[in-house]
Amino acid sequence: MTNDRPGGVGSTADAPSVSPAIQLVDIVKRFPGVVANDGVNITVRPGTIHALVGENGAGKSTVMKILYGAQKPDEGHIIVNGAEVHFKSPKDAINHGIGMVFQHFMLADNLTVWENVILGSEPMSGVQLNDRKAKSDIAALAKANGMNIDPEEYVGDLGVGERQRVEVLKVLYRGARIIILDEPTAVLVPQEVDELFDSLRELTAQGVTIVFISHKLDEVLSIADEITVIRRGKTVGTTKPADVTARDLAEMMVGSELPSPETRTSTVTTEVALDVVDLTMVGAAGSRPTLSNISFTVHKGEIVGIAGVEGNGQTELLDLILGTHRPTSGSIMMSGSDLARIETRERRDMGLGFIPEDRQRDGLLLSQPLWENVMLGYQHAPPFAKGPWIDKGAARERAEHVVKNYDVRTPGVDTMALALSGGNQQKLIVGREMESKPRVLVAAHPTRGIDVGAQAAVWDAFRDAREAGLAVLLVSADLEELIGLSDTLLVMLRGRIVARLNPANVTKSILGEYMTGARVEEAA
Amino acid sequence: MNRKTLYSLAAPAAALALALIVTSLALLAGGHSPLLAFSKMLKYCFSKDSGAVITNKSLPLFISGLAVAIGFKMNVFNIGVEGQYRLAAILAAAAGAQVHLPGPLHVLLVMIIAMAVGAAWAAVAGILNVTRNVNIVVGTIMLNGVVASLLGYLLKHIASVKGGMRSTTTLPKSAWFPDLVQFGKGSRVYAFVLVAALVGVIFSIVINRTRFGFDLRASGVNPGAASASGVNPKSMIIKTMLISGALAGLIGMPLLLSDAHKYTQEFPTGFGFAGIAVAIVGRYRAGGVALAALLFATIERAAQILPQLPTAPPKEIGTIMQGTMMLSAVVAYEVVRRFGEAAAIKDAAAKAEGVTA
Repeated sequence: MTNDRPGGVGSTADAPSVSPAIQLVDIVKRFPGVVANDGVNITVRPGTIHALVGENGAGKSTVMKILYGAQKPDEGHIIVNGAEVHFKSPKDAINHGIGMVFQHFMLADNLTVWENVILGSEPMSGVQLNDRKAKSDIAALAKANGMNIDPEEYVGDLGVGERQRVEVLKVLYRGARIIILDEPTAVLVPQEVDELFDSLRELTAQGVTIVFISHKLDEVLSIADEITVIRRGKTVGTTKPADVTARDLAEMMVGSELPSPETRTSTVTTEVALDVVDLTMVGAAGSRPTLSNISFTVHKGEIVGIAGVEGNGQTELLDLILGTHRPTSGSIMMSGSDLARIETRERRDMGLGFIPEDRQRDGLLLSQPLWENVMLGYQHAPPFAKGPWIDKGAARERAEHVVKNYDVRTPGVDTMALALSGGNQQKLIVGREMESKPRVLVAAHPTRGIDVGAQAAVWDAFRDAREAGLAVLLVSADLEELIGLSDTLLVMLRGRIVARLNPANVTKSILGEYMTGARVEEAA
Repeated sequence: MNRKTLYSLAAPAAALALALIVTSLALLAGGHSPLLAFSKMLKYCFSKDSGAVITNKSLPLFISGLAVAIGFKMNVFNIGVEGQYRLAAILAAAAGAQVHLPGPLHVLLVMIIAMAVGAAWAAVAGILNVTRNVNIVVGTIMLNGVVASLLGYLLKHIASVKGGMRSTTTLPKSAWFPDLVQFGKGSRVYAFVLVAALVGVIFSIVINRTRFGFDLRASGVNPGAASASGVNPKSMIIKTMLISGALAGLIGMPLLLSDAHKYTQEFPTGFGFAGIAVAIVGRYRAGGVALAALLFATIERAAQILPQLPTAPPKEIGTIMQGTMMLSAVVAYEVVRRFGEAAAIKDAAAKAEGVTA
């Protein structure tokens, strides 16, 4: 409330130019039974972009939490602009000029940009909100940092990239000169990533220091001034992009050689496994259809990838194939049978495997043990069902098997699903679907949130199953995964298939152009 | 495993302790001695007839607890158990008096009619929910109101006035449920206790061992995942309401078949609502619901002695105890659940990191 220096645009000069913006020295953070950080040393020079890379579970998020004051280190020192600090809360951190931009935005859609920015640190004139001052301050702040954004616009009307800039504006407004960005590109398409990088460069030109947390190595190489690699709670080393390749970095992260999503030879057969014809789904009256005339075929042994910015009809398409929703018109044939009058249960019994895009919402019983989760979707068929009964022994056996073969890190199969990390939950789901030997697999983001090693295992499982004749419909936001795994690529935009591409001739940026509508297929 | 058992015992113990504290405060506020009250109550629980009275009283509470529990287990909040059992009791009493059958068959017929009526009435709320999107809680509560009026109508038209009270025709002796044990006059245990035990066992097996039970639990834990796994949410709601209603139909049976043998305007009410508390304290499990039903019946019995104490505390102190018991149970279970989850997450994290301090 008494934050009377919003933005602090002219305050660059008071930071001593020689001392590092942030120095973490021998940081150790233990949780009961676990050492999350075990000797982290990072030096971030002022006015630079410093990337922090590492696998999931390497300890990046703990470093981040310590930096912005959400957690206190057990050992070690935090030195900001040359002086040691002890943060008790994120508020302490922001008072020292350190702000955090989370991967998931915390914005109110029904408020304007400036209202979102001041929320929680409103400029007051007595008891009254000084909105004129707020608006002009924010406009000036955006301008000074090269952000093209209208403070009067509603956040609900903004795109993902613009929302992210509002988040950055929020921390700048609170006086942050050091900004931590957690996986900022995870939600962006390639073109938006470029825009983000432009604004980050603009910010550093203004003297802002950026800590950039990511596991996308090519992006890190293109944006960072320096890169620190963290593995198993320890900093492995700091390097400059000019001195390393993505491969070197990845090897530093993993500590061994790495996988690629490339499939080997084509195993596509002529036998149709899934045939979607003219599928249309109309939403509320007056709105444009969620899906219009979607047609494609997946053959046995084929992986058909669907690219698209999230929210362009992919979710609805998967729901229709699964049978939890009904199309307005069009048909879906699986292995020769029309699915129109067939319930989800029978579809699953016919061999339809499903990896949901939101694993916690649609794929798991979080409060139940793993052995029950392994049955989910297959509870009505052998080996789990014997007549009306559940065979607990068979379920436990399968659970043990999945845990072992898919490297699910868990104390045992009686552990509740909620206890596992996101990556391990994902591995459990992939294992469950693969081990039930489906004929058609509908998979959404199968490797989302899992680390490089596990990613390779999932890709291997997909390739092996494809070789054995599995037909896969793959929706993914990981364009490398799509291009590498798919035999055929479809691009969805506003509920339509706007391009059919051969993954062999596509790059990520071409795909990105189709996804945003910047490029249109000449002869569809 | 041991920790788990410890947690599951700690919660009810904490709830009971809190209930005793709050009840003590209520007694103190009324100028009564909590110590004297509790010791007299405890002593009265072991008096001559108490065992039988408590057992009999716990039967409808137990069945009602199960009827509520099966719905709550899948987030189908059937608040209409109250209306379902009362409607079932009057129609079963009236229909049972019209037929003549050999003993066991007659008893069975009355019970089946009661279950059918309860199921049908519960299904109304279920059907309104799946076809018209009427919230189950709202639907069942409003149907309770309908039952209240319906009972007045039925008592007027199918019951006659006897001794200044409207009542259905008394059931023939063939429809009387025998007693399990009898210790002299007034102190007897209904044989319905066997039916209740059987229902409890079936409940437990269906929930834990069958595909249907798995679907039901899955729907309760995560409707999205259940539906993706092939559970049809609508048919699941209807099935659950049918079972819940059928169980509700049984609530009035120990009273009707073993005690009153007719439905009068003084037929006991409130078991449907009490069942909600019993189900919650019993954590929706057959064994837990049985213990909770016994506990509630015991508290109610023990409270009967209170007016006879020198300072004559009201017997409603028992109701205060039951109510706080339920509220503190909700809190205690939630606390224990969080502890359990935190412990599980810690274990799994230790395993995943592979680094142990």
